[in-house]
Amino acid sequence: MAKANVATRDNPTSGNRLANASVSIESAPPASRISFRATPKGAKDFGKTLDLDLPVKPGQSTSKSTLSALWIGPDEWLIIDTKNPIDKLMPRRENANFCATDISHRNVAFIVSGNGAENTLCASCPRDLSLSAFPVGSASRTIFGKAEVVLLRTGKTSFRLECWRSFSPYVWDLLVDGAHDAHI
Amino acid sequence: MLVIHCPYCQADRPELEFANAGEAHIVRPDNMAEMTDAEFEKMFFVRQNPKGVNLERWRHIHGCGRFFNAIRHTVSDKFLKVYKAGESRPSDAEIAELMK
Repeated sequence: MAKANVATRDNPTSGNRLANASVSIESAPPASRISFRATPKGAKDFGKTLDLDLPVKPGQSTSKSTLSALWIGPDEWLIIDTKNPIDKLMPRRENANFCATDISHRNVAFIVSGNGAENTLCASCPRDLSLSAFPVGSASRTIFGKAEVVLLRTGKTSFRLECWRSFSPYVWDLLVDGAHDAHI
Repeated sequence: MLVIHCPYCQADRPELEFANAGEAHIVRPDNMAEMTDAEFEKMFFVRQNPKGVNLERWRHIHGCGRFFNAIRHTVSDKFLKVYKAGESRPSDAEIAELMK
């Protein structure tokens, strides 16, 4: 029998990295991601399954080891696990209280860190990303140049930026420009 | 850039995250098939487009994704009030109060 052709999913910015004295940007390794829509009950139940409460306050995130849950909207969360395979995360059974979609391959991520990280992102993002307005653990969907992204502040000077895979070369170019400006 | 308050995110967000979605509080009739062409046109196409206070739908499309309603002054571009979708239309007296 002929060998089956298996399409490999590639990240167009895989392996990209840049560092200057102020900021370092690198393409994050593949991760498992779920777009999760749910009623309050569905969110609570899934939180128990994951052993991680989904955030209920706008703009917040919760995390535990490699797993993070980001508040995106009143009934929408983005679940990211940087280690465990998607099969371990996806809910086994469906019911009317939630809808989980595997979007592991829809998104790619960049890790932006260093003293200039905030300025690097602000070069293309209209949001106030200062520590007072966007403290550690904040998460939000927003706009970056013309691309929609999800931002998560993982530390005082580190961010995770999630964007759609096909947007990643565009986002990367903007990040490089921002890093250059942040360094001046 | 305008800063718009999103009633779902409960925070001020930059204008670029939002999309205007036309006039608010337009009720779709149940008897659409029985309407005359003139009535349908009025319901479907004709909008107030006032110079002054306008009640609009907005969508926080690059944020929480939710639709909400806003009262905006079309000359000054000032948002007088935002409220969640489904909440009733503020009375004219309330709007007049906001204008002060």
